[in-house]
Amino acid sequence: MTDARNGDDFATIHTRPAARKRLARRYRAERRFRFFGAAAIFLSVGFLALLLGSIVLKALPAFTHNFAALEFDLSAPLEASDPATADYDAIVRNALRDRFPEVAGRTLRRELSALLSSAAPVYLARQFQARPAGTGFTVPLSDTADLYLKGLLARSRTIVATGPAKWTTSGERGALETVTAPDLRAIENAFTGQGGQDGQRPSILIEIAGGVLKIGQLDANIPGGVWLARPRETGNAAEPGQWRIRIFDTPQAKRKLSDRQIVWLDRLVANGTVRPALNTIFFTRGASREPEMAGIWGAVVGSALALVVTLALAFPLGVGAAIYMHEFARPGRWSRFVEVNINNLAAVPSIIFGLLGLAVLLNVFGLHRSAPYVGGIVLALMTLPTIIIAARVALGAVPGSIRQAALAVGASPLQTVFHHVLPRAMPAIMTGTIIGMARALGETAPLLMIGMVAFIVDIPGGFADPATVLPVQIFMWADFPEAAFGYRSAAAILVLLVFLLAMNGAALLVRARFERARS
Amino acid sequence: MDISAHPEMPATPAPIPALVAVPPQFMAPERHPTEVASKPKMTVENVNVSYGDTQALFDVSLDIAPHQVTSLIGPSGCGKSTLLRCLNRMNDTIPQCRVSGRITMDGRDIYHRDVDVVELRARVGMVFQKPNPFPKSIYENVAYGPRIHGMTRNRGELDALVETVLRRVGLYDEVHDRLDLAGTALSGGQQQRLCIARAIATRPEILLMDEPCSALDPIATAIIEDLIGQLRETFTIVMVTHSMQQAARISQRTAFFHLGRLVEQGPTGEIFTNPANPRTKDYVTGRTG
Repeated sequence: MTDARNGDDFATIHTRPAARKRLARRYRAERRFRFFGAAAIFLSVGFLALLLGSIVLKALPAFTHNFAALEFDLSAPLEASDPATADYDAIVRNALRDRFPEVAGRTLRRELSALLSSAAPVYLARQFQARPAGTGFTVPLSDTADLYLKGLLARSRTIVATGPAKWTTSGERGALETVTAPDLRAIENAFTGQGGQDGQRPSILIEIAGGVLKIGQLDANIPGGVWLARPRETGNAAEPGQWRIRIFDTPQAKRKLSDRQIVWLDRLVANGTVRPALNTIFFTRGASREPEMAGIWGAVVGSALALVVTLALAFPLGVGAAIYMHEFARPGRWSRFVEVNINNLAAVPSIIFGLLGLAVLLNVFGLHRSAPYVGGIVLALMTLPTIIIAARVALGAVPGSIRQAALAVGASPLQTVFHHVLPRAMPAIMTGTIIGMARALGETAPLLMIGMVAFIVDIPGGFADPATVLPVQIFMWADFPEAAFGYRSAAAILVLLVFLLAMNGAALLVRARFERARS
Repeated sequence: MDISAHPEMPATPAPIPALVAVPPQFMAPERHPTEVASKPKMTVENVNVSYGDTQALFDVSLDIAPHQVTSLIGPSGCGKSTLLRCLNRMNDTIPQCRVSGRITMDGRDIYHRDVDVVELRARVGMVFQKPNPFPKSIYENVAYGPRIHGMTRNRGELDALVETVLRRVGLYDEVHDRLDLAGTALSGGQQQRLCIARAIATRPEILLMDEPCSALDPIATAIIEDLIGQLRETFTIVMVTHSMQQAARISQRTAFFHLGRLVEQGPTGEIFTNPANPRTKDYVTGRTG
């Protein structure tokens, strides 16, 4: 320090080696900081992409569903005075049985019927009543059949045979009399690979001559078993490449779909009866215990109703409170106290608001349980602090010169606020409000407390109808054991994300329009 | 420097338009010359102003003569802007500000309980240091005051008023084809003239100007000074300025403030050529300040 007083030292104070070194150290620190910053952003973008990617991948199967176009005999409901009374169960059952006349016996027939959704008759009845003259009605497959066709339930590998084969039939049973060594080895490997008893063993299906033989034993190197589908070709020989070995490594007992059902489904797909289509059920229906009949529309409507109430309450109240506190209230201990508590309120866990709703709105005032308007009130209480804080910041960002200009031409304080200050603060208030609304849209916990977690099949028609909301619907579906619900909850998450993106887009649009109007 | 090339300076100075086309209700009342000298428009008597614990003005007494430009000069922090803001009670918006003493306008105490501050501000207009047009169109900037005071009966009258006022500040020819443009999109000098137009659109009797040219370049300043000279015919003007030359050029009366006290006041010529107080002399000759 003392040598700096020397005149010569001043001349070289920024160029001597120690200074250079200090400078280099500063640059190194900056480079280090930039690297960490870039790394942090890269990491978070990566995780975000991973999360979004996994949700989208999981959600995509739920947007389509497989429907069966069968020949339904609708003469009974056509002739009946009231088409609602017809026995659609029988119509659907018979239409499917007509396709598989060889399937006999109670057990097998029940297995066959299980391919279709248990709600298929209801679905058919609704279509028919909507347009009695129509044709080409389709019914949804069951969730497990649908998942199998999407390749999500049981994976198989197929080995195309390299040698010829001779097959024999005796009653239900069949056998491959002569098989070349490589093909036999492939069958043997699969058969003995997993060990255990029938049902615990991988399923080996020989697709030969238009039929399917399920291998059940391997005596004396002759694979034998039951015909799941009778061979359609005559003769008893198949050329190399004309028959295939199909192996399901997951044993039948561990699948929701039997080998027989798989064979039936493959046949229905092969002849064009079953086709995937846009899953309109998912977008238009309410809750259901059957995954294939469950939809998000009920939850979407519930969310929309609740949010309308939230917006209608929280926006005017929040902005009004912010205007009063920022523009009119005299600063002092009391207004500081209120301000601090509003900030505290913004940090209160949302479930507390739910408890408040339960204790006060439901138990004291006796409002409707599970009703969107009660949900809306609770969400409004939760969103209010966010909006007040955003609005106060926005009002504070309006330059004082605008207020002075308005006051100086003789505008009253109220005119000053509403003609000049508020329009100028509006874009930022809107942004804050939409952030608050987006948070309300994604909120689950407080709504659980006021009963919006109920299982509601009907689409809510008003603010007082019982309803659920999207995030609660996701929460419920994620809890259900059926695999198909897992895909549906991913799809519902995607729908929720789309709504949130749309809201943010709307915020940007509103903002841009306000800003264009101003400049 | 080629002054005529400046965007704000017309090659041939536009004459101030005759007020023939102006509907009579927008015209300032004709004043009799004798009235000018007789009674002060505003009087300030023993005014003390404090912000919280800090006193900004000490026992200031001052007369504002009608149809004259009164300059308030003095070093920064001497309280001249504070006094200006007392004259239309803009200090009311500062919570800890306390004003004592008496300020009258045409003999009436403007701090009296019965005085409506909104009405007062309509009668005492103000132009600020930094041009602060509303973030709205040029038209709206001028029309806002007359509209909230209900000065016109229909759109046609309002249009006429806006045109008259914009002509008055010499802005109409520059912006008449883009009145929808945002006021904030104009140049600094144009913005300040727009602010003056906004202030005079409500037909105040007194115009307060708080260093109206300090944010402007010399050419824009010259235009505004010229304008102030003409506005004096219609309005009584009180102006705070840091520029001694400006005070000397355009004001008839000057008051010198120092550390919150009014040191000296009088006709501008006297203050600048023959000040009674040595401090005034030091300041106006540039020795202190």
